[in-house]
Amino acid sequence: MGTLVYFSSASGNTHRFIERLGAPAHRIASKRSEPTPLVKEPYILVLPTYSDGYGRGAVAKQVIGFLNDAQQRELIRGVIASGNRNFGRYFAYAGDVVSQKCNVPLLYRFELAGTATDISRVENGIKNFWKWNS
Amino acid sequence: MTVLTATHSATLRIPRAINWNRLEDDKDLEIWNRLTANFWLPEKIPLSNDIQSWGTLHPDEQLLTIRVFTGLTLLDTIQNTIGAPALMADALTPHEEAVLTNIAFMEAVHARSYSSVFSTLCQMSDVDDAFRWSEENEHLQAKSRLILDEYDAGSSPLKRKIASVFLESFLFYSGFYLPMHWSSRAKLTNTADLIRLIIRDEAVHGYYIGYKFQRMCERLNPDEYNRTKDFAFSLMFDLYDIESKYTQSLYDCVGLSEDVKHFLHYNANKALMNLGFEALFPESVCQVNPAIMAALSPNADENHDFFSGSGSSYVIGKTVATEDEDWDF
Ligand SMILES: Cc1cc2nc3c(=O)[nH]c(=O)nc-3n(C[C@H](O)[C@H](O)[C@H](O)COP(=O)(O)O)c2cc1C
Ligand SMILES: [Fe+2]
Ligand SMILES: [Fe+2]
Repeated sequence: MGTLVYFSSASGNTHRFIERLGAPAHRIASKRSEPTPLVKEPYILVLPTYSDGYGRGAVAKQVIGFLNDAQQRELIRGVIASGNRNFGRYFAYAGDVVSQKCNVPLLYRFELAGTATDISRVENGIKNFWKWNS
Repeated sequence: MTVLTATHSATLRIPRAINWNRLEDDKDLEIWNRLTANFWLPEKIPLSNDIQSWGTLHPDEQLLTIRVFTGLTLLDTIQNTIGAPALMADALTPHEEAVLTNIAFMEAVHARSYSSVFSTLCQMSDVDDAFRWSEENEHLQAKSRLILDEYDAGSSPLKRKIASVFLESFLFYSGFYLPMHWSSRAKLTNTADLIRLIIRDEAVHGYYIGYKFQRMCERLNPDEYNRTKDFAFSLMFDLYDIESKYTQSLYDCVGLSEDVKHFLHYNANKALMNLGFEALFPESVCQVNPAIMAALSPNADENHDFFSGSGSSYVIGKTVATEDEDWDF
């Protein structure tokens, strides 16, 4: 059974999603001064999208910093991305970027802090995921 | 009113010159950058390509469309001239004030762009009629009144932000529904492109004002926070009540009211999330027509995600051993 690693900026939507999910999770620090978790087991990355409107810069620089560490990058197994459908074709685009860069499946997408359906799908989804991929 | 005698005597405070190299809140610059990168003008959209499509709409549908757009024009006008300026006085940082001037200006662009649609597609007499209609429509006037009462100086910075997020992230959507509906039927597709630019701007506006609201709430004790939250939910109830009547008065004749209401509930929940609150409407009433979702974010659903699918097994590729310098996303 793996774990979750997530990023959430000061607006805290992704953080609220993870809290409601109730599964153990490591948070990638927002500020350089805060400690970044050292993850030693396989994980699913949960991240919001912050693009410039043309898809550029969709993945937060803190997440890039985390994935730049080759040891931690090797442990990523899947990605869950959030965003807002109002961003049109770039909805949850950070998921596509990470999925392609790291060659891992895009497992799920949700908006803002997620709905009850999102929570239960992700809950069940990750349970099954680790059953088949441990 | 005389223009030569003084109307008030208070001395203006001289502001501190704004230094963008010293930020108190990183979000201010992040949002400034996003908003300026997103700047657009209606001239960029080839609206005249919709002239033929406009002609295929039934006169009732044309009337509905013009009215919906005048309703949206009113909301953007309020946000341009009253809403965003009112928020400036409450700003926590000088950079926030600068961001709000950008928001205020874009609201003027939004309001102006509906007139571009009108001058391209419609008879001016029909448009004049619709503007008159908007001034007399009780529901449109009622929701504007509720919002303005909170923008008033007698209200509070927190309540102003709540009202503003509800306008940005909820009240627009009874109107935005229609161009998304037309677009899903391959009608007025250029107009829909313009509306999608507005929707994207409103998403950032609702996000940012909601974020600043959350920042302010950090200073409240639990009791004050709960009272603020109660206020927000009760304002949402009141606005929803008006919105559902407004929706019926507009969309009953085309049989779309129920469909629009699902969209309203869904957006009301998102507005509450922007304020850091939980959803109000249960998901059973937030089942937005998939065609509307697809019109909102075209091409976003090409890649199927695994947890939504039915019991497929996962194919996991080998992690590519890239060098660090490859990680410029
Ligand atoms: C500047 C900015 C850019 C954004 N760009 C996108 C985007 O391209 N696609 C998307 O789906 N959501 C976008 N969003 C929405 C965020 O991904 C969404 O609000 C998310 O819930 C933020 O998560 P957080 O609060 O945990 O940081 C953007 C938000 C902001 C403020
Ligand atoms: Fe606007
Ligand atoms: Fe706005």
